[in-house]
Amino acid sequence: MKKAGIRIENLHLSFGDTTVLAGIDMEIHPGEFFAFLGPSGSGKSTLLRAIAGFGPRPKGRILIDGKDIADLPPWKRNVGMVFQSYALWPHMTVRQNVAFGLEERRMPRAQIGPKVEAALELVGLLHLAERMPSQLSGGQQQRVALARTVAIEPQVLLLDEPLSNLDAALRVQMRRELLSLQRKLGLTTIFVTHDQEEANTTSDRMAVLDGGVIQQIGTPQELYDTPVNGFVAGFLGTANVLSGHMNDGCFVTKGGNRLAVDNYRDSARRIVLRPQSVSLTEEKLGSIAGKVTHREFLGSQIRYLVGTADGEIIVDTLHHAGQSGHAIGADVMLMIDSQSASLLD
Amino acid sequence: MSDMPQPARGAGRFTLFPRLSGVAITGILIAIFLMAFLVLPVIQVIYVAFLDAQTGAMTLQNFRDFFNTSLFRESFVNSFYVSAMSVVFATIIALPLAYITTRFNFAGTAIIQSLGFIPLIMPPFVGAVAMSLLFGRNGTVNLLLDQYFGFKVPFMEGLNGVIFVQSIHYFPFILINLSASLRNIDRSMEEAAQNLGSSGMRMFRRIVFPLAMPGYLAGAALVFIKVFDDLGTPLLLNVNTMLAPQAYLRITGVGINDPMGYVISFILVAFSIFALWTSFLFMRGKDYATVQKGGGGLSKRDLAPREKLVAWAVILFILALVLAPHFGLMLLAFGTIWSFSPLPDGFTLQHFGTVFTQSSQYIWNTILYAGSAAIIDVILGVAIAYIVLRTGLIGRKWLDYMATAALAVPGVVLGIGYLRMFHGVQLPFGLGQMSSFWGLIIVALAVRRLPYALRACMAALQQVALSLEEAAESLGANKSSTVRRIVVPLMTGGILAGFVTSFATAAVELSATIMLVGRASDAPLAYGIYLYMQSPAGRGAGAALGILAVVIVALGTYLSQRIIEKDRNRRASAPGAEQ
Repeated sequence: MKKAGIRIENLHLSFGDTTVLAGIDMEIHPGEFFAFLGPSGSGKSTLLRAIAGFGPRPKGRILIDGKDIADLPPWKRNVGMVFQSYALWPHMTVRQNVAFGLEERRMPRAQIGPKVEAALELVGLLHLAERMPSQLSGGQQQRVALARTVAIEPQVLLLDEPLSNLDAALRVQMRRELLSLQRKLGLTTIFVTHDQEEANTTSDRMAVLDGGVIQQIGTPQELYDTPVNGFVAGFLGTANVLSGHMNDGCFVTKGGNRLAVDNYRDSARRIVLRPQSVSLTEEKLGSIAGKVTHREFLGSQIRYLVGTADGEIIVDTLHHAGQSGHAIGADVMLMIDSQSASLLD
Repeated sequence: MSDMPQPARGAGRFTLFPRLSGVAITGILIAIFLMAFLVLPVIQVIYVAFLDAQTGAMTLQNFRDFFNTSLFRESFVNSFYVSAMSVVFATIIALPLAYITTRFNFAGTAIIQSLGFIPLIMPPFVGAVAMSLLFGRNGTVNLLLDQYFGFKVPFMEGLNGVIFVQSIHYFPFILINLSASLRNIDRSMEEAAQNLGSSGMRMFRRIVFPLAMPGYLAGAALVFIKVFDDLGTPLLLNVNTMLAPQAYLRITGVGINDPMGYVISFILVAFSIFALWTSFLFMRGKDYATVQKGGGGLSKRDLAPREKLVAWAVILFILALVLAPHFGLMLLAFGTIWSFSPLPDGFTLQHFGTVFTQSSQYIWNTILYAGSAAIIDVILGVAIAYIVLRTGLIGRKWLDYMATAALAVPGVVLGIGYLRMFHGVQLPFGLGQMSSFWGLIIVALAVRRLPYALRACMAALQQVALSLEEAAESLGANKSSTVRRIVVPLMTGGILAGFVTSFATAAVELSATIMLVGRASDAPLAYGIYLYMQSPAGRGAGAALGILAVVIVALGTYLSQRIIEKDRNRRASAPGAEQ
C-alpha cells in the first residue's frame, strides 16, 4: 500500500471568541510517526479531530496524499482514529467491533473474516475474538481499538492520547508495541500526547503546540537541544532560562555573570541551561556564584536549587554511592558546559 | 497551491446536502405532527373561550358569564379547595415518612420506599368506588364505628371523598421529592449549625426545612395540578361541581359549541402552566445539592424504643390507608353482593368471567391503543432526542419544548380540542368522522405520554458517549448507518423503559379518551371501568377490569425498573462510558 503524506495549510478554527487553531502549517512525511505535543488547551486534540473530520470545519486546507479532505464527512476520509476512551461498542463482541468498518465498506463476507482475524492476530488477541469489550482489561481494549482501526487499512492512523488510560508499566510496554506495529505497517501515524517522554520515545518528529500555534517542529533531539523559545525549552524537560545580552562573544546575564558560549549570535537575549549541563564546585573555578537553598535526592542524581544573582538555578548532579554532596547553605560555584547551552532571541 | 485540483470540495458539498435535509425533513414532520395534534387544538380551545358563540367576535363575555353563574363559581372554588386540601393531606402523609427515612436508622425503610410507588400503580378513579364502599356512609369502616362507638365519620361525603382518594394516590410525588431534597443536605450543614449553637426544632426550622423547601414545593405543585386537572375521580365519585367534570358535562351534554367548556379549559390550562412553571422555578433557582464528595446526607440516629413504636404505628397506619383502595378493589372484584355490610356476602370468580366473555374488547382495544401510542412515542422520542442532542438543526430545541408542553395540557382540554378541531372532518376509506375515529384515541394517548418517552430517550442518548459514534464514522459509517447500528442499539434500554412507561400509563388514561370514544366497541379498559362503575350491578365486573388495569401498570412499572437497572449495570461495566 502506498504511504500517504499529510499537508496542513493555514488552518484556522475558533469557537466563538476563542481561537483554538491559529494558522497551522505543517507537513508530515509518508510513513512517519509524528507526535503533537502540548499542554491541555493547546489545540493538539482539536487539530487531530479536524484531520479526522470531527468538530466544526476549520478554515484552511488539509491534504492527504495531495487531496484536500477538509470538506469530506468523516466516513469518506479513510483516516483511522483510535480514541482516548477506545470507544469500543459495548453491544458488540470484539470480532463484531473489528468487522464493523469492513462491513460499512460493503466488503464481501468471505473477505471480512480473514481480514478481521489478521487484524486481531496483529495485536495478539485472536483468542479473545468472541469476548465482549467489558470482559477485557484496559490494555486488551486498547489493542482491540487499534485492531479495529487498522483493519480498514486507513491511509493515516490517528492516536488520541492512546496511553493515558493505562497504568504506568503498561504504558511503557504499549508504546513500544505501538511503535513496532507502526513500523511493521508503515502507516503514517499522528500521536497526540501531553507527555513529553511518550513523544520523545516514539516519534520520528514532533510538533510542539501552545495556544493554537505550532511553536516548533523537529526531531525530539533537535527540540530538546535547540529549542526556539522558552515555552519549548520549558515543556521539554527542565530548563533554566536566564535573561541578558551578548557582549564580546560572551552572554552577560542580568545578574552580571559572564558565560562563554559556542554559537555566537548578537541578537540573543536569553540563554537556556539544562540542569545536567551545569555542575557545582566549591572551588573558585566556576562562572556563577551562589548558595545551595534546597536539595532533593532523586536516586540516580541529586537536584540542587542554587540561589544566584540571576535567581534560583536548578542543577542536577550524578549521585555516586557514599558521597554526601553539597549541604544546604553551602557556598558553591556553577560551571556551565558552553556547548550544551542554547541561545534564544 | 491554488492550482491544485479540488474534486474533493465538490464531492463534499454533494454528500453533505442530503444528510442535512434528511434531518430537517424528519424535524419538520415531527413539528407538523405536534402542531396538528397538540399546539393547534389547545390554541383553538383557548381561542374559542374568547369568542362570542353567536357573532364570532372577540369578547370577554364568556368569562363574565362563567363567573356570573353560581354553579361555575362553586365548581371553581371546589376545584381549588379540593386541590389545596389534597396537598395538605398529602403533605401530612408524606412528611413523617420522609423525615423517618432520612433522619433515623429505621428497619421499616423498605416499606416506606414501597409506599412511594404502590399508590401510583392504581389510577385514582379505579379505586374510587372501592373506597366509597370501605369508607362511605354505609361502608365497612363507618358500619364498624357505628356498631362499636355509635358515630360515623364523613370520609367520603362529597368533596371529602375526592380529597381523601386523591391525597392517598398522589402523596408519593411529595414523598419522593422531599426525601430527595433531604438526602441532598450534607451533614456538614447541620453540624455547622450545631457548632454555632443551634439545635432541635430551631435548627430544623432555620436550616433543614429551608434547604428541603424547593423539593417539597416542586412535589406540592405537581400534586396540586394533578388533582386540579383530574376528571375520572370526581366523575366516579359522582362529584360534578368541579371544573374538569363541568367541562366534560358541558361539552358532552350541551354540545361542542357551548363556550363554557372552553372557558373551563382555559382556566385548567392556565393553572397547569402556572403550577408547572412555579415548580420549575423552585427546582431551578434553588437546587441546594449540598452533599460534598465522600460525605453522606444528614446524620442518622437510632430511635429510642418508644419513638420506634410511634414510627411503626405511623407507617403501618399509612400503609393500611395506601392499601385500602387495592384491598377494596379486590373485595369488589371477588365479592358477590356488598352492601350495608362490612364485607361482601360471599366470594366468586364470576365477575372475571363476565369481563372475559362480554367485555374482552376493552382489553384488546387497550392493548391496541396503548401499544400503538407507545410505539409512536418511542419513535418520536428517539428522533427528537437525536435531533436535539446530536444535530445543529435550527429550532431543534422547540421540538423538545413542544413535546414537553403536553405535560401542561389536561386530558380533558386535549379531548375538547380534538373534538372541536376534527369535528366534521370526514375520513376517507369509510372510516367515518375523524372526531369519532378510534385512531384519534391513539394519537391523543401518544401526545399525552410523549413527554415521558422523550425524557427516557434523552437520558438514554446522553449516556451514549459521542466517541462511540465518532469511532463508527471514522471507520466509514455514515450518519444513518451510525444511528442504526450504534446509537439505537445502545439506547435500547432507555427506549424499552420509555415504551413500557408510555404503555402502562396510556393503558389507564381516562380523561382524554372519555371525550373521544365514539362507541362502546371502540372503548378501552379505562372507559370500560367507568361504564361498569356507573351502576351498582356492574361494580363487580368494573373492579375485575380495574384489577387487570392495576396488573398491567404494576407489571409495566416493574419491567421498566428492571430494564433500567439492567441497562445501568451493563453500562457500569462497559468501556468508554466516560465522555
